[in-house]
Amino acid sequence: MSDAHTAVHGGHHPVDPSVPVEYHHEENSLRIAGFWVFLGSDLVLFSCLFATYVVMHGRTAGGPTSNQLFDVTGFTIETIALLFSSFTCGLATYEMRRGNRNAMVMWLLVTIALGLVFLGFEITEFVQDASSGARMQTSGFLSAFFTLVGTHGCHVSMGILWMSGVVVQLIRRGITPITARKAFIVSIYWHFLDAVWIFIFTVVYLTGKVL
Amino acid sequence: MGNFREWAMHFFMLDEGPLIWTSDVLIILATIGIIAVLSYFKLWKWLWDNWLTTVDHKKIGIMYLIAAILMLFRGGTDGLLLRAQLAWPNMHFLNADHYDQIFTTHGTIMILFMAMPAIIGFFNVAVPLQIGCRDVAFPYLNAISFWLFFAAAMLFNLSFVVGGSPDGGWTSYTPYVENAFDPGPGENYFLVALQITGIGTIATGVNFLVTILRMRAPGMTLMRMPMFTWSVFITSIIIVFAFPVLTVALALLLIDRDFGSHFFTVSAGGMPMQYVNLFWIWGHPEVYIVILPAFGIFSEVFSTFSRKRLFGYSAMVVSMVAIAILSFVVWVHHFFTMGAGPGVNSFFGVSTMAIAIPTGVKVFNWLFTMHKGRLEYTSAMLWAVGFIPNFLIGGLTGVMLAVPPADYQYHNSYFLVSHFHYVLIGGTVFGVFAALYYWWPKMFGVLLNERLGKWHFWLFMIGFNICFFPMYFLGFMGMTRRVYTYPAGYGWGVINLIETFGAVLMGIGFLVFAFNILWSARYGERDTTGDPWDARTLEWATTSPAPTYNFARIPEIKGRDAWWIMKKNGESINGPKDIPFEPIHMPNDSGRPIIMSLFFFIAGAGFVFEWWILAIIGLAGVLVTMALRSFEYDDHHYIPVEEIEKTEAAAGRL
Repeated sequence: MSDAHTAVHGGHHPVDPSVPVEYHHEENSLRIAGFWVFLGSDLVLFSCLFATYVVMHGRTAGGPTSNQLFDVTGFTIETIALLFSSFTCGLATYEMRRGNRNAMVMWLLVTIALGLVFLGFEITEFVQDASSGARMQTSGFLSAFFTLVGTHGCHVSMGILWMSGVVVQLIRRGITPITARKAFIVSIYWHFLDAVWIFIFTVVYLTGKVL
Repeated sequence: MGNFREWAMHFFMLDEGPLIWTSDVLIILATIGIIAVLSYFKLWKWLWDNWLTTVDHKKIGIMYLIAAILMLFRGGTDGLLLRAQLAWPNMHFLNADHYDQIFTTHGTIMILFMAMPAIIGFFNVAVPLQIGCRDVAFPYLNAISFWLFFAAAMLFNLSFVVGGSPDGGWTSYTPYVENAFDPGPGENYFLVALQITGIGTIATGVNFLVTILRMRAPGMTLMRMPMFTWSVFITSIIIVFAFPVLTVALALLLIDRDFGSHFFTVSAGGMPMQYVNLFWIWGHPEVYIVILPAFGIFSEVFSTFSRKRLFGYSAMVVSMVAIAILSFVVWVHHFFTMGAGPGVNSFFGVSTMAIAIPTGVKVFNWLFTMHKGRLEYTSAMLWAVGFIPNFLIGGLTGVMLAVPPADYQYHNSYFLVSHFHYVLIGGTVFGVFAALYYWWPKMFGVLLNERLGKWHFWLFMIGFNICFFPMYFLGFMGMTRRVYTYPAGYGWGVINLIETFGAVLMGIGFLVFAFNILWSARYGERDTTGDPWDARTLEWATTSPAPTYNFARIPEIKGRDAWWIMKKNGESINGPKDIPFEPIHMPNDSGRPIIMSLFFFIAGAGFVFEWWILAIIGLAGVLVTMALRSFEYDDHHYIPVEEIEKTEAAAGRL
């Protein structure tokens, strides 16, 4: 039975014990591969939102333009918080590979905290925009802006909830191949959101301040 | 109270006349009938344990196919209603509103709720067996995909009697479908139902991509895979990259309608063309999503019933890859007339015509597969042979439509209607029927009756041509699509009457098929061998229906047509006799996928009617079911060796 439990239904590829812990079951390796494919489709989703935003950028219909709307301090803090959270998330994976559960949990909690900081500033930004009359209903530009950035924000919120669930499981069960796989997948997701944000920072905020 | 009464009359469409009343009565009777039968025979527990909670790909495939056949009935009934209305000039069998709703639901149901579940059903039925594994990579996710599709189909069909059907066409072009021109819940039904089934389809794409990449039996290299599996592999890639575009198009339009934003409105900076572009960036790959698996099915059928290897295997693979790539760069040919300019139109015209080349390669390969073969004209083979000329007509008229200056003439005429019915019926529907006859014994252990099968084929095929061939001429004569009636004196009347007669023949063909299912269930020939067609690929190596674990031992693959090679060498699927079996790891059944889809349904209804409390309850339920899954560790079991030995002994494979 000892090698039977590493085989997935229909599995037949032996697992190399020298690979990192999150790959220790064949099923884990499958799920990680599946998640990469899913990220491919999520990337297409964001690409469409970006394309729509770029098309809509100048269509302000008498409402505020991007240059008038964007607040440099706010989006700079958001960017720094999110980029740092990706770094701390990487540190968590590093500690996971070293088998250091407490440090790993600590770094994941720091990541979640930075994610919350990001979300806090984003929500503040949205509320301020809306109360100054720049609403989704104002113009095509603002519809596209709130939808693109808001979709990313929803992804981050989802990531925070998900990562919190993984932290609870890590505290209860320690680093096992299964919890390691879960932590690894949520970390891939988190890094992906960071990459998307880099594009939002460039295409939406930086370009929006210049053009 | 009077207010409520008025609201309810309108909400349940009781003021809409006998069409709705009849439907209400039929729905209530059918529901009572199903509940009564299940209760009388005490089948609820059986239904829950064996079907509603299953994660077995074979059962999920069967459920997809049952749903697809039911939806073919619904979509076909819509089609017959349309044909009845058009049968003669100045008819008022349906009014304009009802006609619009019915052509919208006809198209939407046929593409998204008939063709898609039918081909995904066959993904499930055949692929894991063909590549020699025990289930898909993510069986639990597979169940979620099915139940999301099912919830979406129910939600969409509900629109007929609650609140009103969508009436913007299956393409639902903006700005017409914005609130200003198309108020009411109808269009929301379209957006929400497609969104829910689309999420399930993306999951299916991910699932089968990983399954085929990672779970093939040892020795089955990519270039040894059965051609159907190849087609599913390529289709999965298209699904993963095309469906998110639909997700965005639908979401933005729903945000416009529910929250008053301005993506596609004509005021406040909205841009209707952006929707049309997004829709067809998904929409054109979508037609290849439903045709490529049919190509795969025909490849299996031609090869099996010609008793020959598939001709030009590598060319088949390369041409499918080429079609997949080209499918993403042709979308503008759906709206040449919107005036993108000669440069853009030329590019998309040329890229569209280029698709004819790999498709032609495939047609020649099928013909050469039959060349000098020992042909056996079973029902499955009839559908495959019938496919070639019919699809050719559809394909060639497609090339005609791809010429932009000429397209200005045919655009939105009945010429176009005929073209896409020739490719979708002549290709996908024929493929689905071929596959139903071909894999029916593998699914149920019973063969469909061949005599009835031939009646089904000839009635449907002849009816199809009578119904759709004259439409090419109607198009040339100036009849445009989506007109609900037309004046006398254009010379359209007789042609339309002939077409309606053809549609009725197709309906009779479908009834013969339905009768064949019932007849064969009771009297049909039982498949005791597991290989009734003397076929070539691995799904025929196991019992019909296959045991839950598919293969007691994962087979070693030595070449293309793996099962044919084993048969020639006199080998057993279980390998040498003296190696003991090992316990088999299998995923546990779960009731959570169906409960999750129920929450999706609730949330969907909330978005349709803009009842936000309902939407929040539904979305919260979805989140909770996802969290519960994350905390679930006891999600698999082992089938003990004794049970495997018992099953294998009963199948005569020990």
